[in-house]
Amino acid sequence: MEPFTCFTSVAVPMDQDNIDTDQILPARHLMMPRDERYGGYVFKDLRLDQDGNEIGSFILNKEGFRPSRIIVASHNFGCGSSREGAVFTLVDAGFRAIIATRFGDIFYNNSFNNGLLPVVLPEETVALLRQQLHDGPGAEVTVDLEAQTVTAPDQSVYPFEIDAHRRNRLLKGLDAVGYTLQYEDDITTFEGRYIDVAPWELSAAQQ
Amino acid sequence: MAQPRSLFEKIWDRHSITTNEAGQTLLFIDRHFCHELSFHAFNMLHGNNRTVRHPERTFAIPDHYTPTTGLNDSDYVDADTQALVQNLISNAERNKLNLFGLDDERRGIIHVVGPEQGITQPGTIIVCGDSHTSTHGALGALAFGIGASDVSHVLATQTLWQPKPKSMRITVTGRRSIGVTAKDVILAIIGHIGAAGGTGHVIEYAGPVIQEFSVDERLTVCNMSIEAGARAGMIAPDGTTYRYLKGRPFAPQGNDWDKAEQFWCTLPTDDAAEFDKEETLDAASIEPMVTWGTSPEDVLPVSSSIPDPSLETDSKRQDALSRKMDYMGLVPGQPISDIKVDRVFIGSCTNSRIEDLRDAASVLKDRTARIPAIIVPGSGLIRAQAEQEGLDKIFEAAGVEWRPAAGCSMCIGVNGDFVQNEERCASTSNRNFEGRQGRGARTHLVSPAMAAAAAVTGYFTDVRKMEKN
Repeated sequence: MEPFTCFTSVAVPMDQDNIDTDQILPARHLMMPRDERYGGYVFKDLRLDQDGNEIGSFILNKEGFRPSRIIVASHNFGCGSSREGAVFTLVDAGFRAIIATRFGDIFYNNSFNNGLLPVVLPEETVALLRQQLHDGPGAEVTVDLEAQTVTAPDQSVYPFEIDAHRRNRLLKGLDAVGYTLQYEDDITTFEGRYIDVAPWELSAAQQ
Repeated sequence: MAQPRSLFEKIWDRHSITTNEAGQTLLFIDRHFCHELSFHAFNMLHGNNRTVRHPERTFAIPDHYTPTTGLNDSDYVDADTQALVQNLISNAERNKLNLFGLDDERRGIIHVVGPEQGITQPGTIIVCGDSHTSTHGALGALAFGIGASDVSHVLATQTLWQPKPKSMRITVTGRRSIGVTAKDVILAIIGHIGAAGGTGHVIEYAGPVIQEFSVDERLTVCNMSIEAGARAGMIAPDGTTYRYLKGRPFAPQGNDWDKAEQFWCTLPTDDAAEFDKEETLDAASIEPMVTWGTSPEDVLPVSSSIPDPSLETDSKRQDALSRKMDYMGLVPGQPISDIKVDRVFIGSCTNSRIEDLRDAASVLKDRTARIPAIIVPGSGLIRAQAEQEGLDKIFEAAGVEWRPAAGCSMCIGVNGDFVQNEERCASTSNRNFEGRQGRGARTHLVSPAMAAAAAVTGYFTDVRKMEKN
């Protein structure tokens, strides 16, 4: 997993609330193995018509926004299904950070497992960022995970909160299972104690 | 006296292995379900030369890509979907997981099979790489959906790191009127708190209406918690829960049952426990509901009319409404009862249990469907029970297609059962997202009774106004 420290890129504003995981990656593309390039499928049905031609009104198809690698969304981005493919496709398409007022919980979790940084900012700030990006297509935004700040096109700086565990994992690009295996003793001790308290749980599952 | 705790906190505390310096808790996972799309997780596991820590705690059940017309080679929509199903079976065999395979009558939709088999039990933590895992909370479990990396983590360690979510209680008071189902109650709740109203929270559903619900009804309510943004929804275990579970194959037996029941009785939320957020809804105000837009929060009683964007003062909200209206092919101000329906789907982890099928049958009895409709049972055992009760005969007489093989089917539309471009579907499933049931599909979420009524009239019809047959 690619570590995330500080990243600057052209950013694209997406005004719509509730951009769900079916819009990010339609269900019919979920069966691709991870080694295929998922990037070509990002926002597929918003971006391309049924014949595969670009839909001109979709913002990522507009000049100035094509090189975007940061999305400034609106409310409840990534709501819906648990499909990690929604994160694979964003990452493979080059996106490294998404800014929104709120995220779907599972999408939010999945992002950290793939080096994608979801940033939560207040509604006024997110609206302001989107406005600046609409006003100047091609403008850049900086997301600094070490400093926990977002720098807007007008150079205003906004701090954001993130839990320390997830921040550390992203900064170092840590493998989650490897980290947990450091707690092997705790897990084993817990399992011994747990089965004693509740003997039916294992016996039932083993039938 | 110990600190008063909620149902959720009691389960959380009991599964807490340790807490790290950043405040995340390492939770022990009791039960884990896998389906075809768990293949990413198995690839990650095997790619890192890791093994499954507790194979006996994982249940593999193909449901997303299995055909519903039958399970012969020719029933599959293509070779790729069949290979994906076979891949799950191989991974289950290789790792010695519990497997409900293709020739197993118990097989069906994971969130139907877990409770039906008694695998889902009060006080347990259950995860699955599927957002509708929240369903299992109906039996007093803490159950939530996870992504592929986390599935791999659970396979390897039987644990997950989680920040402690906030708690929310939704109390449904009063009495629901006849013809108002659990589906209408949860749709009304989502309409009330919004599609992100529960984000970051675990919801506990409480109050007299919830307590009076059967387990099947409770499963429908908890199933759609994720559509309100909450990863988990739960209901305190009670006599209804215990009566449902007793004697099920994976439920505790004999002395173990008594011990288990004693423990389960300690789980309900203490009187003085506090929640981060409380909401109350009066059931008397709930009517049969129909979603009209592309988020489950876009929901209205069947007696009302489609919103008019021109009446919106906020320009962003106006644009959003127009966009939804365009996609759904609706006219502003149009009465919902005037919307013509093309197709009906009754099934999915929300509404494919025996009570749902009985509801549909009671509307379809001695009537004829005007539009194509399919009914897909939630499990092989539900299919058998429905046929024993003669429901299949009612469906067939009404001209409705009764599918023999259980599965997710037209809810997600990846097994060959999908809704055509610009076709309008009355569906008992859980998501009306753009393209959810197929590219360009127009989904309206309703209860099984309302879906059956739409099949008969070809429009959204208040099922309470249909004469009893």
